[in-house]
Amino acid sequence: MLRTTEMDPKFKYEISKTPGSEKLMLCFQCGTCTADCPIARFTDSYRPRKLVRMVQLGLKDRALSDDSIWLCTSCFTCVDHCPQDVGTAEVVRALRNLAVKERPMPRVYKELSSAIRKTGYAYEIPQLRLRQREEKGLPPLPKGDVESVRKLFKATSFSKTIEEEEE
Amino acid sequence: MAEQELKYLLFLGCVIPYRVSSYEVSTRKILDKLGVELVEMPEFTCCGLPLDPVNHDMMLGLAARNLALAEQQNLPIMALCNGCFGVLNHTNKELKEDKKLREKVNEHLKEIGAEFKGTTTVKHLIHVLAEDVGFEKIEKTIKKSLNPLKVAVHTGCHVMRPSKYIGSDDPENPTLLKKLIRLTGAETLDYIDENECCGNPIIGVNSEIPLQLARHKLGNIKAVKAHALITVCPFCHMMYDLHQPRIERTFNEKYGIPVLHYPQLLGLAMGMSHEELALKELRVKASELLTLL
Ligand code: SF4
Ligand code: SF4
Repeated sequence: MLRTTEMDPKFKYEISKTPGSEKLMLCFQCGTCTADCPIARFTDSYRPRKLVRMVQLGLKDRALSDDSIWLCTSCFTCVDHCPQDVGTAEVVRALRNLAVKERPMPRVYKELSSAIRKTGYAYEIPQLRLRQREEKGLPPLPKGDVESVRKLFKATSFSKTIEEEEE
Repeated sequence: MAEQELKYLLFLGCVIPYRVSSYEVSTRKILDKLGVELVEMPEFTCCGLPLDPVNHDMMLGLAARNLALAEQQNLPIMALCNGCFGVLNHTNKELKEDKKLREKVNEHLKEIGAEFKGTTTVKHLIHVLAEDVGFEKIEKTIKKSLNPLKVAVHTGCHVMRPSKYIGSDDPENPTLLKKLIRLTGAETLDYIDENECCGNPIIGVNSEIPLQLARHKLGNIKAVKAHALITVCPFCHMMYDLHQPRIERTFNEKYGIPVLHYPQLLGLAMGMSHEELALKELRVKASELLTLL
């Protein structure tokens, strides 16, 4: 059931101002995205069409607390197939970006974020691998300019999100 | 017209050095044979893709920083990973077109003394091979036809979609990688749902669904009796090779399908040994396949 008190009329603008999601209101709910989505094919719990509808209706809390937003693989099939060029996967990404400002992010993203902040790479590459590179005659890995990466975390304010997570 | 200079900044990314070095080893071998020069970039970092789900600006910042470094070298980037290619190419084109976004990203880059100008290009290994090196030149390096081999192909999503940012292949019916494979003499087999995503990007959030997706694909590949699956992305490769034993255990099925990086296949056709091409690093052993050659 839908309650009007649940609806936040400003929510659609919050989402549509993020790059790639501008055409969100053009979605006419044809369902192509869900029909062609490889994830929706294997689970009933993920429905990209429905997520777009929630945004249009302003169901902010429901959308941001819906764990299924984390199931999109960003294969971009929906982006290519949408007759209205809605950029469906980009809307899902915008939902995720907002969700992490309000609630804990899935652990894997915490780990990726902290590895990137620490080393410039998404994974901490073990010493063993670095030695193996040498043995195989491969050139050393790029150093990963950690200082610049940290400054970018600050400049984008993403460091705030991460620090809140760490507290 | 002078022949195009085949010189690129190698963008290795994170997954290859972390888990899939056989892809790097074999790529360097075949590119060397083809006269492609790789320039190492000591300052490259993660492409930015892993952070897109949690902070789009951070992704743009990391990608644009890498692009700005390439601009200073005046050379195109060559990525081996579909994910790195996708994010760098997309960011490059989007920032070139969208002045407002470019200004915003450059505000962030100013903090680290960098600026995105929009003067570089980004290619994936298969674009370099098919478009810059060219089929003719590759054909000349083939010493040993892999004629008895029949293989299935998985091109992967981010090297084709979103098609408005790439456009060098048809995501509904991709042929680029197939053409490259046929140069080796191997036959490519069509199978059901060939273009479906590997599912790996969400394995850290939910492992059940990607394992089902991969099982579905491996089943379709087995049904056409392919000797191997060929990939051009470390992430897709991990899904089908590294996780194959796990998929077999989970569903109590047996696949035994070796998954080769395209450069390994090409290297074999160039007459290189399996040691040189790091075939022993594959989780699913390719020994049976080698006896066919
Ligand atoms: S394919 Fe596009 S128009 Fe159709 S439901 Fe999905 S987002 Fe809406
Ligand atoms: S990008 Fe996400 S929502 Fe779109 S088809 Fe792929 S998995 Fe489904």
